[in-house]
Amino acid sequence: MTATPDTGSRPIIDVRGVWKRFGTAEVLKGIDLAIRKSEVTCIIGPSGSGKSTLLRCIAFLEEYSEGEIYIEGELLGFSLENGKRRRVSDAEVARVRRNVGFVFQQFNLWPHMTALENVAMPLKLARGIAREDAAKRARRMLEKVGLGHRAEAYPSQLSGGQQQRVGIARALAMEPHIMLFDEPTSALDPELVGEVLQVMRDLAAEGMTMAVVTHEMGFAAQVADTVVFIDHGVIAASGSPQQVFRKDENPRLRQFLQNYFERNVFWQGAEGAGAP
Amino acid sequence: MFDVNLIIKSLPMLLQASVWTVIYSLSSVAIGFCIGTLVCAAGLSSSRLGRGFSAFYVSFFRGVPLLVQLLISYYCLPLIGVNVPSSVAAVGTLALCTGAYLAEILRGGFLGIPPGLIEAARMVGLGRARILTRIEVPLAVRLTLPSLVNETTMMVKASSLISVVGVLELTRLAQNIATSTFQPLEIYLTAGAIYFVINGAISLIGRFAESRFRLETAR
Repeated sequence: MTATPDTGSRPIIDVRGVWKRFGTAEVLKGIDLAIRKSEVTCIIGPSGSGKSTLLRCIAFLEEYSEGEIYIEGELLGFSLENGKRRRVSDAEVARVRRNVGFVFQQFNLWPHMTALENVAMPLKLARGIAREDAAKRARRMLEKVGLGHRAEAYPSQLSGGQQQRVGIARALAMEPHIMLFDEPTSALDPELVGEVLQVMRDLAAEGMTMAVVTHEMGFAAQVADTVVFIDHGVIAASGSPQQVFRKDENPRLRQFLQNYFERNVFWQGAEGAGAP
Repeated sequence: MFDVNLIIKSLPMLLQASVWTVIYSLSSVAIGFCIGTLVCAAGLSSSRLGRGFSAFYVSFFRGVPLLVQLLISYYCLPLIGVNVPSSVAAVGTLALCTGAYLAEILRGGFLGIPPGLIEAARMVGLGRARILTRIEVPLAVRLTLPSLVNETTMMVKASSLISVVGVLELTRLAQNIATSTFQPLEIYLTAGAIYFVINGAISLIGRFAESRFRLETAR
């Protein structure tokens, strides 16, 4: 589905031995994960398994407790001096993650701005792009996600699927090298999921590097280069969709997939077609 | 007897003085809003010093009567070598005081903003100051508009207190006319009516702003 992964080069995202603790609760327990240019990585797993936390750590929306995360070769959020970690300034965090785009489950559009302003404002203020150029680029991005005609609408006037597409346009306008999607369709009515997934498919086909936390197994199976199954804070299985969905015999993975398929079978005749 | 002529005669002067009332109270609310925003941001920050300052500030200016604050600034500023017109000192004191109340009002607004909206701003590279002025303040104002309008009308009324430190405004002028004509009833009734009209106008503007800026789905 996607451009051939450039497996020779340094990964865009390199997660090494990352732990995350909230108080005494250990949410991530030694995660290693590399995401290479133009690869689509889908992260699946039961709720509470830590998959969203991992994505939020990669964006440094959460500080990871231990380990290292490199973004295009630069350590994110900390500096290492004689092996001791020190938190760097917010400005330095912003610099290292400037090429990371993030799409939220709850869209998080700013409700007091139109769709166009949501996309153009960061261009003006964070990138210093002149007003007219920012507006032009924002309009182009909205057209790209099929919302050129809704540029002047406020978020409250848009459907969930449209809001999420604006959210994607807002992230894309910053010309990121990697896009992180945190359950981008989980807050949507079922009939609106498709339009968002289509935008994501198009992005993947263009060669965008993507990490997607999702419950959409169909999307993962068709679009992902790598599927990662997280369970109880560890990567319990990973590999190609073929490998993870068909071959891997980790019992927790099989149970998770079994539950998923049982939930989604609605036609007895579909038996065998749907089951793994 | 009730002297309608006196009212008609003194009305132009009273209206002129009420312009000062409006200027003093609105400018103190405007300055107080900036103070309140900073005090509120300090109170919600991760800095212990900021939180301590904010708590002290609010408890002082809410805890001491405004009249006493005005007298303190009127008598103490010259003692420490600050010589500013009494109107400036008075507006400054009003602003400091309303800043404390506005900080508390805005705090509710700030806490009502979904954290995801701030995260989204951070992820597109906006810095702390930009997030405050472009996201948090506009949303906090929309979420707290009725209380902000209420505080503004309170300040229009509170501005009458600055008459005691010799600043000419509506109440002060009414006092002057009342003592020189010995007809306080007519004059104070007129002054009261003018305050009532000013605050009525502010409430109307507030209603209009509420309908104009309503967040239909402020999640």
